[in-house]
Amino acid sequence: MSRFPHHLLAIDDLGSDGIGEVLRVADSFVEVGHRANPKVPALRGRTVATLFFEDSTRTRVSFETAAKRLSADVLSFAAGSSSVKKGESLRDTVETIEAMGIDAIIIRHPSSGAPVGVARWVTSSSVINAGDGWHEHPTQALLDLYTVRQALGGGDEGVHRFKSLQVVIVGDVRHSRVARSQVAAYAALGAEVTLVAPPTLLPPSIDGWPIVAVSHDLEKELPDADVVSLLRLQSERGSGEFVPSLREYTAGFGLTGRRAAMLKPETLILHPGPMVRGVEIASEVADLPAAHITGQVSNGVAVRMAVLFLMLGQGQLDGGPDA
Amino acid sequence: MGARMPERHGSEPQVLIRGGTVIDAGGERRVDVAIADGRIRGVEDGLAVPAGATVLDAVGCIVAPGLVDLHTHLREPGQEEAETIETGTRAAALGGYTAVVAMPNTNPPLDSADAVRNVFELASTATAEVAVAGAITVGREGNHLAPMAELAALGVRLFTDDGAGVQSAGLMRRALEYGRGLGVTLAQHCEDGSLACDGAMHEGAWSSRLGLPGMPALAEEVMVARDIALARATGAPVHFLHLSTGPSIELVRQAKAMGLPVTAEAAPHHFSLTDACAAGYDPVFKVNPPLRPQADVDAVKVGLADGTIDAIATDHAPHAPEFKDLPFDLAPPGMLGLQTALGLAITELDLSLPRILALMSWQPAAIAGLDPAHGGGQGGPIEVGAEANLCVFDPTATWTVDPMALASRSRNSPYGGRTLTGHVRHTVFRGEPVVVDGEATR
Repeated sequence: MSRFPHHLLAIDDLGSDGIGEVLRVADSFVEVGHRANPKVPALRGRTVATLFFEDSTRTRVSFETAAKRLSADVLSFAAGSSSVKKGESLRDTVETIEAMGIDAIIIRHPSSGAPVGVARWVTSSSVINAGDGWHEHPTQALLDLYTVRQALGGGDEGVHRFKSLQVVIVGDVRHSRVARSQVAAYAALGAEVTLVAPPTLLPPSIDGWPIVAVSHDLEKELPDADVVSLLRLQSERGSGEFVPSLREYTAGFGLTGRRAAMLKPETLILHPGPMVRGVEIASEVADLPAAHITGQVSNGVAVRMAVLFLMLGQGQLDGGPDA
Repeated sequence: MGARMPERHGSEPQVLIRGGTVIDAGGERRVDVAIADGRIRGVEDGLAVPAGATVLDAVGCIVAPGLVDLHTHLREPGQEEAETIETGTRAAALGGYTAVVAMPNTNPPLDSADAVRNVFELASTATAEVAVAGAITVGREGNHLAPMAELAALGVRLFTDDGAGVQSAGLMRRALEYGRGLGVTLAQHCEDGSLACDGAMHEGAWSSRLGLPGMPALAEEVMVARDIALARATGAPVHFLHLSTGPSIELVRQAKAMGLPVTAEAAPHHFSLTDACAAGYDPVFKVNPPLRPQADVDAVKVGLADGTIDAIATDHAPHAPEFKDLPFDLAPPGMLGLQTALGLAITELDLSLPRILALMSWQPAAIAGLDPAHGGGQGGPIEVGAEANLCVFDPTATWTVDPMALASRSRNSPYGGRTLTGHVRHTVFRGEPVVVDGEATR
């Protein structure tokens, strides 16, 4: 097992071994989450900072919960309340925060690559990308994989079953950091990914993307899919520039009840949230047992605990989940 | 051949460039060059050293007409923390340039007689000639024509809204018609705003992977095609700034074949770097037009070799460090270029030295109207009586670029650590050695 990376900026930092390790360690933390006192001392004395330049309730709370359950101290910076609003540069902000003695900076930023810059500037802190622009959101993809693996039976056998798994990612891939992380993560475990979207919502180029196909016909892709992962369509994308209207998008690419009926019974439906019922997913589909949307949220804490633990716990299980 | 005194023109030579090989538009020859009172007084082999003369050793070096940059952002007035006319022309001199064309996107922009006079005044003690490119439209906003005749009367021969293209075809047509009457040339930054949107890099495989908004090659090509049509319709000359894509260059090639009055330049970064440089999100690699894929880099090289592109122009664009510490999409575009252009041309291009010098000296001098044919003193030829604007460089010397050691006030060179072949040894501006042995004298 190679050393766990110092920073997690993109899924490629992990490789298939790293992904497998996150999923295995997350199993232990899911178990911790079921205890009366869901807390372990693994990161006692460590401090992590969340630095969010974009509104996000679920991701920030998920990371902070994960850190607290590992007994780490958590500092929370929101762009609105910090000196960022006074014109301080990102670099100054990061250097100031690091000077407080931080072990990990968890950053969400509207600019693609901002965490990569932060990783260049820090001297010793780990940097975890909690979503940057349209680039990546690696822990979201990891929790998707965890959810799928759970549904496939869990354990190492679950990881093995990603091979040749038919994954269909539907929606605004072009502007989606989640999609970029998902494609890299599924492909790393051998799944076969098909992107489905109108051409205007696909990236300008898919050269080098580890996918098997691109399709503009959702209904053709549904019968063979093992996983259907939906992406949020931001309403401004459907205001005439990328697609004529949300209504027309839904007509072509929404997972309606009729389309959900074309799926195999065991097919999983995932959505990274926040989902827009009635646009990319019909309300009755979101509530089907096949839709693992709330499962994704609770797994998120365990997966982020695993990432923090592997990154900051120096790989020692003393004080970890088995202690 | 014995030593002989140079032809006398009333005063003793003050500078003697000895032992070099002269290359100008007339060819190549082994001669010394004597200079006095700002002019060349002797061009002969084996000139004697008069008492008191400064001798610039040029053994193993090329002595060429000073380089002329068609595209320099000097940032003064308005962004003096990034560059001043003093620091920018010092960088120019160190890069072998004796003339630069200052772009009008200053604050205030160079769209009025007062603004242009101010730059000329600030440049009166500069170490290179500073020509001005005036704005085509007031405030470079693309709405109303700037007072082009008033600016032309001050000596402005090039007009551009560089930093932005003139978006309205109708307004560009009027500007070309009006400018034709003044005998000036309009230069276009080809970028259709509706296609470029807020692209941060070339739209393609890398932008898609990195999740950065892309600026398609089309944004440039559409405006090149449009302006070629306008040049044909108006008969007015159009100069295309910093061409960066294969199809753009092909359009200019066809326009030239049709005999249209078009010229074009390319920047060193467009023949030496690709869009893959953005992989680490370092804004030092952000520039506009953006770095393109290898096929476009190759097309730029072909265009430089076959004469489609007339000039290498630096698009020297200093930015203070705090701006290049922003995330990639928020950082301003632009890179330093004056001190690395000649080395990059020699290192990266498979062209003869006379061809490189044509692209960097006498051809841009003619486009800018700074050559003797337009009453100027730039671009050679190196002959008795000519203004002494000269660049002496060692075409085989290698050096490693250190952004911290450059003369610009800014540090945004993308070539840090890169080893280049070809180093400027001396630069003589209007008879004054402003660079001696690689060091600025003031």
